[in-house]
Amino acid sequence: MNIKQSKGYQVFRIFNTVIMIFVIFVTLYPFIYLVAQSFSNDAAVGAGKVTFFPIDFTLETYKYILTKDDSFFRFYGNTILYSVVGTFISVAGTALLAYPLSKPKLRLNKFFTPFVVFTMYFTGGMIPNYILITQWLGMGDTIWAIILPGAISTFNLLLMKSFFTGLPDELEEAASIDGMGVYGIFARIILPLSKPILATMTLFYLVGMWNEWFGPFLYLNTRDKWPIALWVRQLVEGANNVDVSSTAEASSVQATLKSATMVLTSLPIMCVYPFVQKYFVQGMTIGAVKG
Amino acid sequence: MAKEKAKQKPVGAKTSLLHHVKKEWKLYSFLVLPILYYVVFKYVPVLGNIIAFRKYKGGSNILGEEWVGFRYFRQFLTDPSFWKAFGNTLRLSIGYLLVRFPATLIFALLINEIRKTAWKRTVQTVSYLPHFISLVVVCGMVKELLAGNGPVNALLQALGMEKIAFMSEPGWFDAVYIISGVWQALGWGTILYLTAMTNINTELYEASAIDGAGRFKQAIHVTIPGILPTIMTLLIMDIGGIVTSNNMQKILLLYNPLTQERADIIGTLVYRMGISGGNFSYASAVGLFEAVIGLILVTSANFLSRKLTETSLW
Repeated sequence: MNIKQSKGYQVFRIFNTVIMIFVIFVTLYPFIYLVAQSFSNDAAVGAGKVTFFPIDFTLETYKYILTKDDSFFRFYGNTILYSVVGTFISVAGTALLAYPLSKPKLRLNKFFTPFVVFTMYFTGGMIPNYILITQWLGMGDTIWAIILPGAISTFNLLLMKSFFTGLPDELEEAASIDGMGVYGIFARIILPLSKPILATMTLFYLVGMWNEWFGPFLYLNTRDKWPIALWVRQLVEGANNVDVSSTAEASSVQATLKSATMVLTSLPIMCVYPFVQKYFVQGMTIGAVKG
Repeated sequence: MAKEKAKQKPVGAKTSLLHHVKKEWKLYSFLVLPILYYVVFKYVPVLGNIIAFRKYKGGSNILGEEWVGFRYFRQFLTDPSFWKAFGNTLRLSIGYLLVRFPATLIFALLINEIRKTAWKRTVQTVSYLPHFISLVVVCGMVKELLAGNGPVNALLQALGMEKIAFMSEPGWFDAVYIISGVWQALGWGTILYLTAMTNINTELYEASAIDGAGRFKQAIHVTIPGILPTIMTLLIMDIGGIVTSNNMQKILLLYNPLTQERADIIGTLVYRMGISGGNFSYASAVGLFEAVIGLILVTSANFLSRKLTETSLW
């Protein structure tokens, strides 16, 4: 391509690079600050001395969280449990619904598709949901109250439906002629071909479940069932209702405890998403193009 | 190719519906559990809005005690705290939309101008990051960064300015809310634009270059028209979301009694009235009102867009 490299354009490119560096810095700085705090001495944090690098580098906070206080592992374990079970149910449910909806020959889809899409624009709201979960279904204080209400995201469903619509019919027809049934085709032809969209869905649901705090906040009364996000919220909201043991050791990690817990909460997702990026961009693309 | 085959199919279209379902029952069987899910978790709550018209007391009758018509609607429509929340909802959502929407579009256009693939990838990967972080952590970060002895105030002091109590001065809530929102959404919001841009025919760029258009003119006359359907689709959805409580969770995490007068939105009002206060019927009425306005907004935006740009969601 012959792009005319005018003076103005060259100036623009320098300007553009500067903007990008600025955006990267602004995006990353809060994380840098958090990490620096978590490795700093509590007194230095309290005095507001930390800006970029840890002051009086120490591993005490992490040591405290990981060895002295078992609440971290309890909440972290809960988050893992909810995320794994929730993601499995969500991905399976979304795939099961999206597959038939992607078949134009199914005449009842004229009803089912609008039935599903309508919920993107009109929902019951917080209070009816709360009453449904706690009173009608009696799911209060159980894992189901957190997992089931948001199990299928209609937006994700539409992404997956467009992906299935884009798969060539010929493969299914050939398999069908070879005597393979509907279930066999789905399990052995469709699902293996759908790795990009399955990876995308898994990431979206996993992130959603991992970060979820409001559902647990509404429905979990027993503290031992909390996910880590709810624990972070309590730490952030301030010490007024945190039951920290009154030992000097406990209070000395209090200020850095917040940052370290936030770092540990975000770490797994920060490590995973760059590797799945290719898939979710692809997934979003297919969904957006096909509509 | 696949299309042609599909066209040959309507041979069986004349068979009865029952026959059709019998023939395709295996495919329909996939739908049973998911549709049941939609009925229970999406449609039952829609019907549950009935309690907005009935007097509800927890425990006794789950559908409420008696019909009271629009009593709860009249009640909140004459309640000053509702109107304050309504105004805050509009101000915060529209302010956020007005900043985020152009910022995302401009950022996408700028990313599109990056020629080095590795650098482009780096920018994108980094800018997506905040989207994956829990709101709880984001709001925790906001509080840490804006604290009295946090880095933002340190910077202000280094520049010779006064410290600002960002989290407790109501006047700062809008800025805190909007900027932190843009921070979290900016990179993620560019994905669909960038995708749409890669689908623009490169011949259009070559033709405009021959006509003497520079990069800037190409962006205005080729890129933006090329992604207009995407822009409109996202705008319609955003307009529909102006009153809905998408951002309620964030405000619940960010606000406090000091900033409440500027920060309380319909969603947080519903939460306080309903879940904390136990006024289920009153809170449902407010929630239903909000949902209906949201539906009206998205429908009107969709209608206008179809008339003006021939792009619509349905």
